[in-house]
Amino acid sequence: MSAIGQAMRRKEDPRMITGRGRYTEDINLPGTLHAVLVRSPEAHATITGIDTSAALERDGVVAVLTGEDLASDFAGPLPMVWAPPGVEIKTPEHWPLKRGEVKHVGDPVAVVVATTRHLAVDAAEDVIVDYDPKPAVVDPEAALEAGAPLVWEQFGTNRTHDWGVGGGDVDAALAEAEVTVEHRFVNHRTSGAPIEPRCSIGEIRGDKLTLYSTTQVPHIARFVFSGMLGIPEDQLRVVAPDVGGGFGAKLQTYGEEVLVLALAKRLGRPVKWVETRSEHMTTSHHGRDQINYVTLGAKRDGTVTALRVKIVADLGAYQQLLTPFIPELGFPVMGGCYRIPNIDLQFTGVFTNKMCTDAIRGAGRPEATYWIELMMDRLADELRMDRLELRRKNFIPKEEFPFETALGIVYDSGNYQGTLDRLLEHFDVDEFRAEQERLRGEGIHRGVGFSTYVEVCGLAPSRAVGPQGVGLQAAFYESANVRVTPTGSAIVYTGTSPHGQGLDTSFAQIAGDILGIDPQNVDVHHGDTDQGTWGWDTYGSRSLAVGGEAIVRAAQRVQDKAKKICAALLEAAPEDIELVDGKYQVRGSPDKSMTMAEISGAAHIPPNELPADIEPGLEESAFYDPENFVFPFGAHACVVEVDAETGKVQVVRYVAVDDCGPAINPMLIDGQIHGGIVHAIGQALYEQVVYDEEGQLVTGTFVDYALPTAAEVPSFETDRTETPSPVNTLGVKGIGEAGTIAATPAVAAAVLDAIRPLGVTELDMPMTPMRVWDAINAAGNGGAA
Amino acid sequence: MSATVHVEVTVNGERRKADVEARLLLVHWLRDELGLTGTHVGCDTTNCGACTVHMNGEAVKSCTVLTAQADGAEVTTIEGLSGGNGLHPMQAAFMDKHGLQCGFCTPGVIMAAVDLLNRNPNPSDEEIRHGLEGNLCRCTGYHNIVEAVKSAAGPGVTL
Repeated sequence: MSAIGQAMRRKEDPRMITGRGRYTEDINLPGTLHAVLVRSPEAHATITGIDTSAALERDGVVAVLTGEDLASDFAGPLPMVWAPPGVEIKTPEHWPLKRGEVKHVGDPVAVVVATTRHLAVDAAEDVIVDYDPKPAVVDPEAALEAGAPLVWEQFGTNRTHDWGVGGGDVDAALAEAEVTVEHRFVNHRTSGAPIEPRCSIGEIRGDKLTLYSTTQVPHIARFVFSGMLGIPEDQLRVVAPDVGGGFGAKLQTYGEEVLVLALAKRLGRPVKWVETRSEHMTTSHHGRDQINYVTLGAKRDGTVTALRVKIVADLGAYQQLLTPFIPELGFPVMGGCYRIPNIDLQFTGVFTNKMCTDAIRGAGRPEATYWIELMMDRLADELRMDRLELRRKNFIPKEEFPFETALGIVYDSGNYQGTLDRLLEHFDVDEFRAEQERLRGEGIHRGVGFSTYVEVCGLAPSRAVGPQGVGLQAAFYESANVRVTPTGSAIVYTGTSPHGQGLDTSFAQIAGDILGIDPQNVDVHHGDTDQGTWGWDTYGSRSLAVGGEAIVRAAQRVQDKAKKICAALLEAAPEDIELVDGKYQVRGSPDKSMTMAEISGAAHIPPNELPADIEPGLEESAFYDPENFVFPFGAHACVVEVDAETGKVQVVRYVAVDDCGPAINPMLIDGQIHGGIVHAIGQALYEQVVYDEEGQLVTGTFVDYALPTAAEVPSFETDRTETPSPVNTLGVKGIGEAGTIAATPAVAAAVLDAIRPLGVTELDMPMTPMRVWDAINAAGNGGAA
Repeated sequence: MSATVHVEVTVNGERRKADVEARLLLVHWLRDELGLTGTHVGCDTTNCGACTVHMNGEAVKSCTVLTAQADGAEVTTIEGLSGGNGLHPMQAAFMDKHGLQCGFCTPGVIMAAVDLLNRNPNPSDEEIRHGLEGNLCRCTGYHNIVEAVKSAAGPGVTL
């Protein structure tokens, strides 16, 4: 029986459910020193003095170092890797410890190293830093106005860059449009907030440095940090042990990571830094934070003819790894799953005195899906047309895939009508409307929202995304090495770096099927740059569609060689060997067969019958760079109930139909969808990173930054359709971000549907009780039905 | 420097004696001194529940308990939950129902869920959700956590 497609239980779980996972903070190397950072309480200030003497006098303190002290430890600053052809992106120098000025609350200015963490925390309190405060700018639109305080005076502006892309003639199409709708949307700032905070350990043994870190990107980290330290790459090993969730917050090359390496090098001992939750909220990169001005043009019959979007993106104070690129990252799907012949997208980045933004789950696509879907609702309302009917009218028909959009992007596959039809099999709209009406009579306000989304993932392809494409200074292929041991187990090395996705399991299913080995005996290795092949790590829902396909190719090569060996030993032709139920057998003579264990035994201890031109061993590698992205899609429905007295929103039902191609492990897909949806519910209803007008962070803990708990969310109804992608042989598309990309508009639209009879027609996220209550009262109904 | 306190605590059935700083949190003693790293720290404000252990048979957040307060108590961590006999039914249920992804919150969620069923052997979905609202999970969306707890609470299961 094929392992692919089965809901195989996870190989990761036995260690994790027994407390035997090994997360970075669990690693205690002999002689470890502990680093604690002294951080700026000011949003924008000149450092006029740092007095470390009292801290240095404390027992157990080994070193107190400032940015000046460490100036020669780094060969270069923290990098930003987007260089779009023909566009200059203002990029200030960004060092692990700041010299001269601080630019946001939490900016690190000194590091204390002591024999225990407690002593280091105590000593950090004794570091006296004098600041001369400067005016801070917090609102991105205010930051663009003349006379606004400048985050970086040398640039003379807070505008970091402008970038645009388009197709067709939007001016003409809007001029001819019979109907236009316009709206300003706010995609507010959020935190990734994995439950595991960041932690990094630097170790030195001889010339060799090792970084153990809570990272999604060990390969990129080695590349970046060896450069920053001015050492050859072979002298740095980066290990990502079990990583307790990432959500993009650990897709970064952070100053603290390279700092512990520099300290280990300087002090000759392991140095460990553990992030507090407050540090996470303050200095792990944030996500979203865009203002979107959207105009949609259409004919009276509902045919959408034009889309214009202007995006103002608050990038914070520095450019981290991908900071300016994240708003643009969603551009390939900014027309949604609709045929829109004229599209114009304009992006403007802005510096503010806040932490940098960068990739958080979905990274650019949730923001886009939010305004696309809500604009379709607004257009339908304007046309007095059913909202789903308008969508159907504009869906790209399934017969037209692969479909080239007005932006020149080729959607690989799709059946948008199919997922919506399936959704409506589970969700009876008429029945809901009748119930909604009945409940309104009882003073209960329910609403439904829909989202028919398409997303772009599987990053890759290098030609489109790399230096000669949109300009990321990197490539995005993936790699695998598949090795069969002498007794017939398999070891798979992947260049991806999972942190909760279950790839130890799904990759074992893939390799096991191709090799003819029970997936229980396939061990998947990742997250260690001293093992296996070079890879580009895990983000952008790429692991399966790119990394999984690399495994297919490497495993197929192993299978080919196994067939050759088998054929030689069974005196048959290699092309006559077939793999059936885990046995390599001669076609038509199933009694003549070998198991993989027998073949691998012969590969490792070759009998004389094996021809000399067959190399010993059974191990192959593959590198795979796809020719296109993949484009998962789906249809979601959310039902909420709004308490008009308190403004509290409760999600009471959620139905999700998604299409990510054929399932490798349907259990893992459902898990990704559930988690993704709740991430989006958090964004839509509860979570927001808030700075006050002086740049002080108001939401520095989980007391103030409200993650959804089990009590806030419902159980989910999920279903799938399977439209294979033509891009890879598995036909798969990514699913790690789809729920987060799909769900915010469904939740927001449901809230608006619930309170529309109370006179509320617009409301920004997060739709907290206070905002909902204020909106209802401002509309003049005071909560009365 | 804070004063030290002598404590004697039974941890996972084993009597442990130590002189600890008065300010030392139980979670740090378990992790840093006893090497029981299955108990995690995810926040500093007792919101996330990743540090949940049992003290005298009840779930506590060990980031909000001083080691000194545990003097004389019996403490069970995720490592000791099954008493050395394979998997505890709750652990098995989490694996079977895919109730974990990154696994970081999981030990705390499992310890809280066992305590919940000790207090309420047949909870409704609603009671499970409210019973676990002190444990944050960013990966699973809670759906499969609820399924796992329900299946562990099923007929014929003894905890």
